Amino acid sequence: MPRTPVAGYVCQTILASGKDLGELMRIIVFVKQVMDPETPQASFKIDEAAIKVVPVPGIPPVVNGFDEQATEAALQLKEQHDATVTVISMGKGLVMDVIKKPLSMGADELILLQDDAFEDGDAYSTAYALAMAVKKVGDFDLIICGRQASDTDRSLVGPGVADMLGVPCITIGKSVAIKDGKVLVERVRTDGTELVEAPLPALVTVSNELGEPRYPTLRGIMQASRKQPTVWGPADIGADPAMLGAAGRRIHMTRLFIPTTEKECEFIEGDNGADAGRKLALKLREDKLI
Amino acid sequence: MADSQGVLVFAEVNNGKLTAAAKESLGVGTRLGGGVSAVVIGKGTEAVAKELVAFGADKVYTYEDGEMAGYQPDAYLQLLQHAIEADTPQVVLMGHTDATKDLAPKLAFRLKAGVVMDCVELEQDPSKGLIATKPVYGGNALAVSETNTDVRVATVRAKAFEPLERDDSRAGSVTPLDVTIDPGSLKVKVLEVRKEESTGMRLEDAPVVVSGGRGLGGPEPFEQLEDLAKILGGAVGASRAVCDAGWLPHSFQVGLTGKTVTPNLYISVAISGASQHMAGCSGSKTIVAINKDKDCTMFKEARYGVEGDWQEVLPAFIEMCRELRGA
Ligand SMILES: Cc1cc2nc3c(=O)[nH]c(=O)nc-3n(C[C@H](O)[C@H](O)[C@H](O)COP(=O)(O)OP(=O)(O)OC[C@H]3O[C@@H](n4cnc5c(N)ncnc54)[C@H](O)[C@@H]3O)c2cc1C
Ligand SMILES: Nc1ncnc2c1ncn2[C@@H]1O[C@H](COP(=O)(O)O)[C@@H](O)[C@H]1O
Repeated sequence: MPRTPVAGYVCQTILASGKDLGELMRIIVFVKQVMDPETPQASFKIDEAAIKVVPVPGIPPVVNGFDEQATEAALQLKEQHDATVTVISMGKGLVMDVIKKPLSMGADELILLQDDAFEDGDAYSTAYALAMAVKKVGDFDLIICGRQASDTDRSLVGPGVADMLGVPCITIGKSVAIKDGKVLVERVRTDGTELVEAPLPALVTVSNELGEPRYPTLRGIMQASRKQPTVWGPADIGADPAMLGAAGRRIHMTRLFIPTTEKECEFIEGDNGADAGRKLALKLREDKLI
Repeated sequence: MADSQGVLVFAEVNNGKLTAAAKESLGVGTRLGGGVSAVVIGKGTEAVAKELVAFGADKVYTYEDGEMAGYQPDAYLQLLQHAIEADTPQVVLMGHTDATKDLAPKLAFRLKAGVVMDCVELEQDPSKGLIATKPVYGGNALAVSETNTDVRVATVRAKAFEPLERDDSRAGSVTPLDVTIDPGSLKVKVLEVRKEESTGMRLEDAPVVVSGGRGLGGPEPFEQLEDLAKILGGAVGASRAVCDAGWLPHSFQVGLTGKTVTPNLYISVAISGASQHMAGCSGSKTIVAINKDKDCTMFKEARYGVEGDWQEVLPAFIEMCRELRGA
């Protein structure tokens, strides 16, 4: 490890965009396909030997919720400025109807990183692959991604890509605006918000506070069905195989399990709802809880 | 950094006071072995440094600058890098807070360090490295990971670890960080912090939390919850569905991406109990649920439950509480 580490070790060649209003901007959105987070707890199963969650038959995967918000933020910027929106997604077993959703919402193009070499990575190898894909795409003004994936819940990949590309990063945005070569983000705090700015090009991660993402229109869905995603492998993005997937991990999972709860709920019964409510209060008093 | 050892805690301060997150990080830090240092940034750092020693730090690095009292992403990143160069720790620990959700990933990638966010268990193993357990899949599962990089970074979930007993007789050294920050190097700037006015008790500190969910149907019923919270000396919380609908500001949200609460009593009304919600309240001593769906997951984590329509159950419950409390 260098004594004074610096950012931008993947790519230091991206120039400050400094574009004027009216010039075409490029916005890149990272989108991950995940297991539906609303999967009922009773159906949630783990294959402990494989250290993986077992897909639930009949419950299709979805686009990570925060990544839909990332797409929404990008599309709103596209409406205000002249911009193209490029979506990048990495993963195996992507379901076309699912992963094309950002296209049907209005994104311009979809790039898929698909290869066994990308599999079983950690935040490092994932961020590296995405950063290399961005580099291949070329100059960009803004990358938007989700605050966290609802499967890993790790919130690392965004800041990781930003550091590898050597661009500033703002996390957990509820609004994203571009003005005078800067990105202005309202960042969500648990006790309010803070207004944060950074010069472009930059990376921003967004949260559900951004609001409901738009629904794909019928026209959008038809247009998306005609668009073919571009598929890239490691060689296409010039990636070092040693830094990809399992080979490039710095963190590795050794166990995945479902925590057990041994709580037993005592149901308070009554002649009617009000009676049960009163009895609940008495019970809590008895236990000295109120 | 073959000579790296011990733990460095990033100790956050809020309004000049040492945060619980900092104390809890010191608590787990002392258990990991190899000695614990802490770094504190902002105003009145010398007084805080003494407190840090009392809570377990052997060595404290201070950076005194009133301008830095609130989180400034790029400056904090640089200061942490300096502290790490001075201290050569093997593990860098911090709470899982508004600031560190931003800082920890950036620091880790800058150092090329293995990093695990929002840990609920931590262990150091001479051969395996840092062994960290964290909830994944919204809390439906726990993942155990190992990382053996020279430096390792972890954030710890609020209230998952015990702080040490304060001991003012403990000895420790205090070293000011000798750094000048080049303003030109600061790209990400926090222009303004807008805290939501909170009347009454802080949700995170309340001994009783009364939370409402989507099943309440709108913002109005929360007035009843507020009544109840007043009677019981507690605070009101909510599920994300409620905050997303705009019935309450998101500062009321309890859960994975909201606040973590561990009150004596958590009363949930019309909340289904999704794992992402439970992530923020399952550490409560006693959970009570009012819900019309007998099979909802909230009942699985509750000690007491009433199956019924809140419109019938709640008013009578509140009246009885008022009577019992003489309020
Ligand atoms: C990555 C991620 C992060 C998330 N983070 C959080 C988080 O931090 N906090 C959080 O809360 N959620 C979070 N969620 C959302 C979570 O998954 C749930 O969608 C949410 O908690 C549901 O809120 P709810 O229980 O109020 O609504 P619902 O799930 O709609 O439940 C409403 C409940 O009200 C009951 N009900 C309806 N009418 C009545 C009545 N008249 N009387 C009594 N009961 C009634 C119903 O039986 C039901 O159980 C997150 C999700 C994801 C994917
Ligand atoms: N395999 C992937 N493909 C595309 N984007 C990803 C992938 N993994 C993570 N991301 C992006 O990074 C964000 C944070 O992911 P994580 O760090 O895993 O929580 C997600 O919300 C996505 O926007």
